[in-house]
Amino acid sequence: MMKSIWKAGPLLWLSALTMIAALCLVFLYAPTERTMGDVQKIFYFHVSSAWVGFFAFFVTFVAGIVYLRTKKRLWDIAGHAASEIGVVFTAMAVLTGSIWAKPTWNAWYPWEQEPRLILISILLLIYFAYHMLRAFLRDPEQRARFAAVYGIVAFTGVPLTFMSIRWWQSLHPVVFESESSGLTPVMLWTFLFCLLTFTILFFVLLIQRCRLSILTDQAEDLKRRVLH
Amino acid sequence: MNTIRSALTIVWKDMIAEWRTKEMFSSMFVFILLVIVIFKFSFDLRVSNATLLVPGILWAALTFAGTLQLGRAASLEVEDAHIDGLLLAPVPRSAIYVGKALGNLVFMSITELIMLPIFSALFNLNLFRPLILLAVLLGTVGFASVGTLLSTMAAHSRAREVMLPVLLFPIVLPVVIAAVKLTAGVLDGGVWQELAVWVRFLIAFDVVFLVISLMTFRFVVEG
Repeated sequence: MMKSIWKAGPLLWLSALTMIAALCLVFLYAPTERTMGDVQKIFYFHVSSAWVGFFAFFVTFVAGIVYLRTKKRLWDIAGHAASEIGVVFTAMAVLTGSIWAKPTWNAWYPWEQEPRLILISILLLIYFAYHMLRAFLRDPEQRARFAAVYGIVAFTGVPLTFMSIRWWQSLHPVVFESESSGLTPVMLWTFLFCLLTFTILFFVLLIQRCRLSILTDQAEDLKRRVLH
Repeated sequence: MNTIRSALTIVWKDMIAEWRTKEMFSSMFVFILLVIVIFKFSFDLRVSNATLLVPGILWAALTFAGTLQLGRAASLEVEDAHIDGLLLAPVPRSAIYVGKALGNLVFMSITELIMLPIFSALFNLNLFRPLILLAVLLGTVGFASVGTLLSTMAAHSRAREVMLPVLLFPIVLPVVIAAVKLTAGVLDGGVWQELAVWVRFLIAFDVVFLVISLMTFRFVVEG
């Protein structure tokens, strides 16, 4: 039963195909931006990484709530897996942002002028703390409970980071807006396709990571049964 | 009604315990003096006008002192399993949280009342202005509300002294940033229209932290 549910097979192939398609769209199909030139192409991966980061933290938040209600181990595993993926993709968003900021804003990390850079650093620190907390608790049941609570508290930083560019004047352009996003239709479609691609990749990674934890649990269980 | 009365009883219990030992306030007083002196001299060497740094120093000192206080209060409860006795009492878990958070708020406010005159005197600035006091109050409410939850968690972990700041600082940083901005704005002579955004921000975060902590506290203490 385990195998049939937790194999990411078809999704893995879908992820590979969409990723190749996304690369083609970004580098061959989407037009080059007039003022920034080729460097603007990093936008598609930068925003997609940030989106997966935020979405992953949202999954941790929801998994935390469900865990506290049901006390099922699977939700602890899912929350943990999502937070790991979230940290990786948020760090990727920071890195790609830095690479993009150097030619356009003329600084790697201009956080004096940019509240979002401060907030994203804080967000990364929050989820580092989440993993430290897990590492410093011995009892698995207590670890799951505390991590769930911290995952819920930690999520307060996510909407703040997302909304920061709307509340404070900053260098970041607003992409998700109802009227105009400053993108041509072709750019917009490429961008939306990249978002979809990264979201599929997120689910592939999530399933694989959960499967790994479940297998670790089973191995531990077997070890205990053999030894005692 | 019953919840509030139980919460106040818990606050009263902690006050009496502190009154008998006077451990917390004596150590806090010395700690704050040290923080102020260290900041004052480390900045005086390089910065010509140290008063510009007062909002930052004030909130750094408040954050450090508050963290120490929260950690001490939580480890007192968890050591020797005092919290288990409290959990056996026939009161709702939320009452225990409210009592603990209110106690932390009272203790931190008293520390701040000691701290503000010292700051005012040493930096030759009047910090007793309504909006600064409001910033201190709102900042402390946010700090105490989520701090009570996280310090209880940290007290259960290994390396609890390290764990509390690691867990707490990034979470309360938005509150601290807003409080620093508000304090600095008042000292720069800003008008209410400019500063109201920070007051609203602080209130919003206080409410969010309070609600989340109130709802999740019982999962931290039951085990």
